[in-house]
Amino acid sequence: MVERRPALTMLGHLVMWLGVAIVAFPLYLAFVASSHTAVDIVQAPMPLLPGANLWETYKTALLGGGEGAGSTAPVARMMWVSLVTALVIAIGKIAISLLSAFAIVYFRFPLKNVFFWAIFVTLMLPVEVRIMPTYKVVADLGMLDTFAGLTVPLIASATATFLFRQFFLTVPDELVEAARMDGAGPMRFFKDILLPLSRTSIAALFVIQFIYGWNQYLWPLLATTSEDMYPVVIGIKRMIAGGDAANDWNVVMATALLAMLPPALVVILMQKWFVKGLVDSEK
Amino acid sequence: MEKRVLFRSPWLPWVLLAPQVAVIGVFFFWPAGQALLQSFQVQDAFGMSTEWVGMDNFKALLADEAYLGSFKVTALFSLLVAGLGILISLALAVFADRIVRGAMVYKTFLIVPYAVAPAVAGVLWIFMFSPTLGVVAYALAGLGVDWNYLLDSGHALTLIVMAAVWKQISYNFLFFLAGLQAIPKSLIEAAAIDGAGPWRRFWSIQFPLLSPTTFFLLVINMVYAFFDTFSIIDATTQGGPGQDTMILVYKVYNDGFKNGDLGGSAAQSVILMAIVIALTVVQFRYVEKKVQY
Repeated sequence: MVERRPALTMLGHLVMWLGVAIVAFPLYLAFVASSHTAVDIVQAPMPLLPGANLWETYKTALLGGGEGAGSTAPVARMMWVSLVTALVIAIGKIAISLLSAFAIVYFRFPLKNVFFWAIFVTLMLPVEVRIMPTYKVVADLGMLDTFAGLTVPLIASATATFLFRQFFLTVPDELVEAARMDGAGPMRFFKDILLPLSRTSIAALFVIQFIYGWNQYLWPLLATTSEDMYPVVIGIKRMIAGGDAANDWNVVMATALLAMLPPALVVILMQKWFVKGLVDSEK
Repeated sequence: MEKRVLFRSPWLPWVLLAPQVAVIGVFFFWPAGQALLQSFQVQDAFGMSTEWVGMDNFKALLADEAYLGSFKVTALFSLLVAGLGILISLALAVFADRIVRGAMVYKTFLIVPYAVAPAVAGVLWIFMFSPTLGVVAYALAGLGVDWNYLLDSGHALTLIVMAAVWKQISYNFLFFLAGLQAIPKSLIEAAAIDGAGPWRRFWSIQFPLLSPTTFFLLVINMVYAFFDTFSIIDATTQGGPGQDTMILVYKVYNDGFKNGDLGGSAAQSVILMAIVIALTVVQFRYVEKKVQY
């Protein structure tokens, strides 16, 4: 700070409080709703202070068997599906991208530029744009309602390859020369030198891709039809059916909070890598 | 750019590339090619026969009032989301940059919406604004506003814009904060010594130096509003009332999956691809400029 202006600092705190309030209010309301019974919430206006039904609501949500009009499948299973999906997408993307970036940066081979551009083009087209035909391909391969169908089509993207390529280009050539002089082959160099150097990039990318995988919506909506393959984000949507009074809003809100808990924890606990990953992957 | 020292192997690079190429080939190029092909065809309702119709799908689309309406809604929606999102986050970032005490706490709170799935954000917002049980709708009724997003298209658009902006604040905020912190302190101090107050310093130094970040965020937010808001809309208005919040990407899904119009949906996909490619090219040209800076 360059000067003391108590009034301006006060204003600053005020603005930040306002920002935090806007961000936190929907979350607070969801928490309050999840601590009441369904009947309490339907009577407008709903209470604004936490009630005594917290334990019961979360038990109903996690184990299933609520009385809402929509789906009442157990959320515990959905959380498991989401976790597996998010991990496979994050780790799968990082693994195949590390390998292909290594090939593109450290080898010379025919058609190298063709492959480079083929991967580059995939950066441009999100799943949303090519849903119909992708759905058809996955259906033809018999991959609907499987973990493979949920994850593999989403691994097809180039962001991670580009991040690693940028990073590999900054690794000094002397390291390769030294490794070669010591008799290390390409895979040895990759495993013992390149991978340890890439640790921070990998952590940063993991945070971003985990959240990306966890929060997928459109693709799992199409690729899953049976209740025990719903990721939790889809599960919430399926719980809401019919009129407002017909839904167990307390269970829906409890599920919403459960659904955001793992990615929120990842973001908060890995804040440093998250910010790095976000800023780097968009450069 | 290339490395000076390279490895040599006749087969290893192919093996390393194989997984990536297999995945993008099967799940990217094949479907994208199909979309392009289908956009020139018409299928009957049972998928029994396919007829080549050339540009007819595109002609039909461009003559379709609903499709042109969807373009207008998308333009309005993405401008509102990008504009509001950028303004709010810029204000927050400028003040966060000033504050010394407690900055970390504020920051931690402000990044949480990034972790919330757009569909979940949509559900949180309809819960607040539902005309029958929403707390905010109740408060609005007390103020004499008859809020009903299911009937009033203005209300519906307001709702999805609010939910979309809420979700995107974290992202914009982090980029603006990083941009502000990259501005050399000596510049600010020199201006302060010359007698420039905070307001003047913001407009004459910080805002111009932030312009690359702002432009970058403008493109990213447009793309976000075009595609990632699909799930917000599906969880809240589902394109309604009528067609009034039917943005382009929602219409692709709606026409293809719900109405079974494969050719029309594919033609829409192709138009959307063209839009994304145009946006990406704009963004990359700008990125190159920044490198030369």
